[in-house]
Amino acid sequence: MTEILFVLFAVVATGGAIGVVTGRSPVASLLFMVATLASLAGIFVLFEAHFLAAIQVLVYAGAIMVLFLFVIMLLNLGHDYRADLKFGAWFLLSLVVVGLTAGVLVQGLTGTDEAGPRGDGAAVAAALDAAVAEKGAVGVIADPLFTDYVVAFELMGLLLLVAIVAAVVLAKPRNPEAGE
Amino acid sequence: MGEMQELSTFWFVTVAAVKVVAVFTVVMGVVAYMTLAERRVSAFIQDRLGPNRVGPFGLLQPIADGIKNIIKEETMPGTAAKFYFVLGPALAIMPAVVTIAVIPFAAPLPTPVGTVDMVVADVPIGILYILALSSLAVYGIVLSGWASNNKYAFLGGLRASAQMISYEVALGLSVIAVLLLVGNVTLTETVWKQQQLGMWFVFPLSLAFVFFLISALAETNRLPFDMPEAESELITGYHTEYSAMKFSMFFIAEYAHVVTASALLATLFFGGWDIPFWTGDDMFRHESGWIRGFDEAGAPIPATPSVLITLLTLGAFCAKTGFFLLLYIWIRWTLPRFRYDQVMHLGWKVLLPGALGYVMLVAGTMLVLDQLEVPFGPVYGGVLTAVSGVTTLAFLLFVDRDRVIAGAHRKRNLARRRAGLPAEAGDPAVSS
Repeated sequence: MTEILFVLFAVVATGGAIGVVTGRSPVASLLFMVATLASLAGIFVLFEAHFLAAIQVLVYAGAIMVLFLFVIMLLNLGHDYRADLKFGAWFLLSLVVVGLTAGVLVQGLTGTDEAGPRGDGAAVAAALDAAVAEKGAVGVIADPLFTDYVVAFELMGLLLLVAIVAAVVLAKPRNPEAGE
Repeated sequence: MGEMQELSTFWFVTVAAVKVVAVFTVVMGVVAYMTLAERRVSAFIQDRLGPNRVGPFGLLQPIADGIKNIIKEETMPGTAAKFYFVLGPALAIMPAVVTIAVIPFAAPLPTPVGTVDMVVADVPIGILYILALSSLAVYGIVLSGWASNNKYAFLGGLRASAQMISYEVALGLSVIAVLLLVGNVTLTETVWKQQQLGMWFVFPLSLAFVFFLISALAETNRLPFDMPEAESELITGYHTEYSAMKFSMFFIAEYAHVVTASALLATLFFGGWDIPFWTGDDMFRHESGWIRGFDEAGAPIPATPSVLITLLTLGAFCAKTGFFLLLYIWIRWTLPRFRYDQVMHLGWKVLLPGALGYVMLVAGTMLVLDQLEVPFGPVYGGVLTAVSGVTTLAFLLFVDRDRVIAGAHRKRNLARRRAGLPAEAGDPAVSS
């Protein structure tokens, strides 16, 4: 059952991702993107990562993509355009990069790595179940986030703040008089 | 006695299917009769009779409306983006009908095949599931507004997305106060903690309740927040171009959201299916059995699920949810619509910082109480109630200082006074 669902979600996620780059209308691309994000959330649920799934839908599909849609509509980009996809040298280059990445992934996932955390799937799953039972689905993520990784977490927040300030600076008219 | 009899896989699937069908049917029935209740209650408020011709007291009116909507002609605007135009209502109704699945509606029911949880799906992420799925509801509205290719529908769709994003933030932050007190995100545990505290969260978290109620009104696009529809400005906003069953689907989605929001208000702040002043119905899944609480030594006291308790708690849940459904209608026919800038102002400049500050206050109070080792019980809740009560009063006074929601004459007179002119006659602030 899990395998069937996984294949289903994986197919939708991959198909959606292809749709995002090949779609001719920005709105269609956006909806493909939402489908991809939702399928990824489904895969997270299959991995018992319920909290990640909820955040995936809540933050990406529910907030960020809605803002994208907002911008597409405000700029009136919603109509069909010629596809941006060109089959030139860059296309070949990106194919090579994608192939290499896929190769690394296959190598990493099938390679024998007894010492790694994924050495014994059943033991990891049991430990995760115990942790969820003790701390709840959110606590499993929140606990390490606010203890072991709190510095990194706060720095990420700072980085986002810097990005927002930078965006505001970029969006502001350079010459105050010319801005009116 | 308190031992839990787990369901076998076969019975689990069967029971789950029965629960899905039953809850869906009940929600759709409530939605249908909400339309009638809305018309009858509004008629009562406006001293009219309302629809009372079809069947006794007009009780068959929703059925007549349903038949009418199905056999009416479907219109398709020539300039609409056809695919998205049809997709819109479907996307609007989908999140509306699935969010209710995680809300527990009664105490566990003992059956010959095992004890059955009275919740369709007690997922570990509980409330986050509701927030996540209801955040998708905006797609249906925005897409149908855009696909209609009509400027009023488009403006309605844009307003809807801006409003729903804005108030989602305040909604989420007001829920955080509840999560702090519960210590988990599942709604079954929310009900249990309220039973343990000996009081409903509306008392220790009164300001969170106020914020949640306002945000929930805005999220469901109901008056006084129905800016996306605003008949006087936008005809009917995003569903201007829709007719027959497609229009009806937006309607069903809106009422289903109202039902979910009411059930959520009852669960988060009014104890869910808990019966007040009676600990006999307290029940929670703890390790291997159902427990009613912990004794002095911290040992669990087993609970006995019974059909009678299930029925009584179901009644309590329905009564609380019904009250909020009525409150929704009551508010709609009492308050006038906000201006759009007022909606944005309230969302971003009042509710967001207010909810953020309140979360800090609740967390700080809880930290102090935990440091003093106050047990989780009436004293704990009492201190929080006092702190929250003062804060809520301060907030209400702040909101009512004639600036956020001001009468037009009041603002005019303030401007006149600043300009050194005498106030207009009839100003209560001057004449009193």
